[in-house]
Parts: sequence; structure tokens; C-alpha cells
Amino acid sequence: MTGFDVDKIRQDFPILAEKIRNKPLVYLDNAATCHKPQTVIDSIVHLYSHDYANVHRGVHTLSVRSTDLFESARTKVKDFINARSDKEIIFVKGATEAINLVAQTYGKANIQKGDEIIITAMEHHSNIVPWQMLCEQTGAILKVAPINLQGELIYEEFEKLLNAKTKLVSVVHMSNALGTINPVKQIIATAHAKNIPVLLDGAQAIPHMTVDVQELDCDFYVFSGHKLYGPTGVGVLYGKQALLEAMPPYQGGGDMIRKVTFAETEYNTLPYKFEAGTPDIAGVIGLGAAIDYLNTIGMDNIAAHEAELLAYATEKALAIKGLRIIGEAEHKGAILSFVLDKIHPHDIGTMLDSLGIAIRAGHHCAMPVMDFYEVPATARASFAMYNTKAEIDVLMNGITSLIEVFG
Amino acid sequence: MFDDLRDLYQEVIFDHNRNPRNFRVMESADRKVEGFNPLCGDRLTLFLKINGDVIEEASFQGSGCAISTASVSLMTEIIKGKTEAEAEELFKQFHEMTTGKDEHFNLEAIGKLAVLAGVREYPARVKCATLAWHTLDAALKNEQQSISTE
Ligand SMILES: Cc1ncc(COP(=O)(O)O)c(C=O)c1O
Repeated sequence: MTGFDVDKIRQDFPILAEKIRNKPLVYLDNAATCHKPQTVIDSIVHLYSHDYANVHRGVHTLSVRSTDLFESARTKVKDFINARSDKEIIFVKGATEAINLVAQTYGKANIQKGDEIIITAMEHHSNIVPWQMLCEQTGAILKVAPINLQGELIYEEFEKLLNAKTKLVSVVHMSNALGTINPVKQIIATAHAKNIPVLLDGAQAIPHMTVDVQELDCDFYVFSGHKLYGPTGVGVLYGKQALLEAMPPYQGGGDMIRKVTFAETEYNTLPYKFEAGTPDIAGVIGLGAAIDYLNTIGMDNIAAHEAELLAYATEKALAIKGLRIIGEAEHKGAILSFVLDKIHPHDIGTMLDSLGIAIRAGHHCAMPVMDFYEVPATARASFAMYNTKAEIDVLMNGITSLIEVFG
Repeated sequence: MFDDLRDLYQEVIFDHNRNPRNFRVMESADRKVEGFNPLCGDRLTLFLKINGDVIEEASFQGSGCAISTASVSLMTEIIKGKTEAEAEELFKQFHEMTTGKDEHFNLEAIGKLAVLAGVREYPARVKCATLAWHTLDAALKNEQQSISTE
């Protein structure tokens, strides 16, 4: 890893200097949301202090500046995921809205009664419920590809589900509850061989690895800015241009139209067709700043650092008696989900918090995964580029001590 | 190491978590209500045997965190022999103790439930302590469906 300096990176994130209950913050809840480098915070302050106005609306100087910043953020996103064109980058509220958008536009236009949609057993609720809603509206059927005990997709079973009625495959790129990284390239090739389009939920994958939508050849890719070191309130729907062109609009309003009379409305071109109303201007520009920051560090460097953290944490965790890791896929991202014998995750969360350690305790919006492992919840430590082995030591000492206290 | 948490995790709570009282299915129950906290997955089934308006017996099943297990375990002990009206009054006091602005609850009536007073400093955990009581409330109102604290 050339030039990756975690201490230097930590200096860029002001919140990491925060004390929690008089102890240094050890932030290990990055899968829920991660923190923002100073440059992202500054970009928003600078926007509101110097350049802010509404976008795409005015001829005045500030509107032009705002619009330029906004559209240049779109280009940054396009380059970051290697899309072909800015037209393929739709700004939405987050991964959740992006999936709902596809369900309600592409889905409604292309999926009918008796058609089938395939997801996996490790999906986040946001890649389950929008499809259930679509199925309720259309009479289509949701099929779920099973996982094994390691938390890996059972590929043969997934393949068996694909048939002439299958109209869409929607799978998580990296699971937030288990850390599993799905073999998405293979999934896409298998589905495409049967002319079935594929949506990837990249909410967890995008901060941890290089994502190239052309190389993957996915039809849709969705993610949230706030998990990518950017602000909340903004996310991205990538779609292949031809698919997006053919889709009906999502919401009606300003910006998404070219011409409105009371008799009829002509819709705007891509990407504006899907961006009704004033967007999260500061959010989009902040996301652009986050991508600039990531580019200075390098996604491959981040991936290598996090792989080291995960290996270190896994080894330490396995040495703790009574600890069971939930999710042991061979191909896994920087997430350590675990349960402790006779100690509820919520108690783990509160106890670790008293030591300044932030982890997530709960069902991680993946209740079917919890049911599969027959646990009500898990504790989850999830790592980001700014985490260190020393922090993992603090976590593991905390876990060992709380096991003692519980007796 | 966990000194800050001594008010929340008192020894009594660990004790009830390790050895929950009245932890069994009651075949002859007159009331049976399920409580569920979707936030943390805590799940319990409360069984009551009622004679006239007196709670003769209370038991529970389920899984939850130490706070919720201790809370329901303590509750089944304290409501035994109480009238329904007395139990409802206890619920009110308990609610006041765990969520109230100031400490105006009746300490005497609350008795050993006072070990749970610490949750008021931990807003994220209040629901763990109150799940048992919301379930009891539903049982006393004879609502047979499952209740949820969310
Ligand atoms: C895998 C996955 N998909 C989707 C989402 C939803 O993201 P958001 O809440 O930002 O829309 C999350 C967030 O936790 C996630 O982990």
C-alpha cells in the first residue's frame, strides 16, 4: 500500500477527535453511516457562504455557479463508477429511493401479473419491500434465492429460479448484515444470458471497493451518499441510458418537464426526467467533494487497508470464547457481525458505548437474515478507511470484559 | 471498566437475567399476550392466571436483553397477588419512573422495581424496560393480539 497513511487520514475527519463518555471515540458503525472528511464539510459551508442558489433555474450569477457545481458533481459520480454518460446518473434521496424509483417506473412498465422478480435471502429491507409493493400492485411474484450457513448465495438455487417469467434480478452487492460480497459479475452474466436485467444494491459495496458499472455490465446500480463519506439526503441511481430513456417518469413537478400546458406535458431529457423538484443541492455537491477525497486516497488502497482490518478483527474475535461470527463468506467486506452466548446484542451495544465504542446492535434492517440464523439480533462492527488495529484491540478488550461482567 | 454503567446494570438485573423468575409456559393461563420490540428483536409471551380481579399467577417466555428480561422477571414477581387495578397503578408508577421528567414516582409502591430506574438516563433502552409492562397492560385490557413497543 503505497502512501496510505491512516493517521494522516484520521486528521481529515474532525469527529474522530470527539470524546464519548470521556473516552476517545472508536467509531465502528460505518455500515450504518460513516463520517465526513473536512473537505466535504467545507464544500457545503463554502457553497452556502459563496455560491448557493437554485439550480437549472436562473440566469443570475449564483444560479449559474450552483448549477455548475451541481453538474460537475454528476460528472464526478459518473467517472467514479465509470458510467458512459452523465445522463445515466440520477440523483435521488438514497439507495432506498433509487430502488423504489426503479420498482415504480421500470417495474410498473415491464412487470406484469405472474412475472417473477428474484432477490436473495440476504437483502436489506429496502431491496425487499419495494418489490413486495410492486408485486401487490401488479400480481407479480417475488422469489428469494437462498443462502448457506456461511452467508453465501447458493448459486445453483439462484440459477434454478431464473426462467422465462423472470423479469428482474435485484441483489445486494455487499450485504450489510453479513458482509458477504456477492459474485455479481457472474450473477449478471447468468441473468443476461436469459435477457434478464439486473439491479445491484451497492449501498454497502461502494465505499469499500472500485465499482465499474461498465465492467460489471449491471443495468441499474444504486447507492447512498452518506455511506460514501458524503452528506445525508443524497444518493444515486445509475441506469443504462436505453433503459432509463424507455422508463416512465417517477414523480411529476419542476425540472423534470420540458413543456407544460394544461392539456399535456412534455418530459425533460435524461437525467432531469427523474429529478422532479429542487434537488438536495448541497448534498450533491458534498457528495462530489467526497468523491474527490476518495480519489486522493484511492479505492484500492482503502480496500487493502480494510481487508487487513477485517482479517485482524476476525482472528481476534475467533479467539473469544462464546463469540459466534454471523456471516463467514469467503468473499467478504469489512463487516464483523457477531453474537455472544447469553448476552443480548443490545446489552453489548450499551456496554461498549460506555467505553466510547460505537457498534450497531439490532436486526440491521434485515429481519429475514436474523430469522435464518435464528437470532433476534446481532452486534455488528463495521470498518472504514479511518479505523485502526488499535481500535479493534479496544473493541476486543471491551467484549472480553463485558463477558466477564455478565458472568 | 464499566463503572459508568453501575446505575443501569445493577447486580439484581444480572441476577434476574441469569435466573429469570417465573420463566415457564402456563398451560392454564386465562390471558396470554405477546410483546415484541422490533427495534431490538425482544420478544416475550406473558401468561396470567386471574381469579376475580386478582392476578393469582404470572409467568413468561421469550428472549430479550438483560434489561427486558430482568424487567419482566421482576414484574411477574411483584404483580402476583395484586388486583388488576393495583397492577395498572404499578404500571403507571413504573412508567413515570422510567420516562418521567422528574422523579415523582412512588418509591414505596415501586419496591424493588426501583433497580430499573437507571434506564431513564438511557433513552435507547427505556423500551427494553417497559416492554413487559406494555404487554401486561394489553393483557389486563384483554387484548389478545401481540403488542409492539414501536
Ligand atoms: C445493503 C443496503 N441497501 C440499502 C440500504 C438503504 O440505504 P438508505 O437508508 O441510505 O437509503 C442500506 C442501508 O443501511 C444497506 O445497507
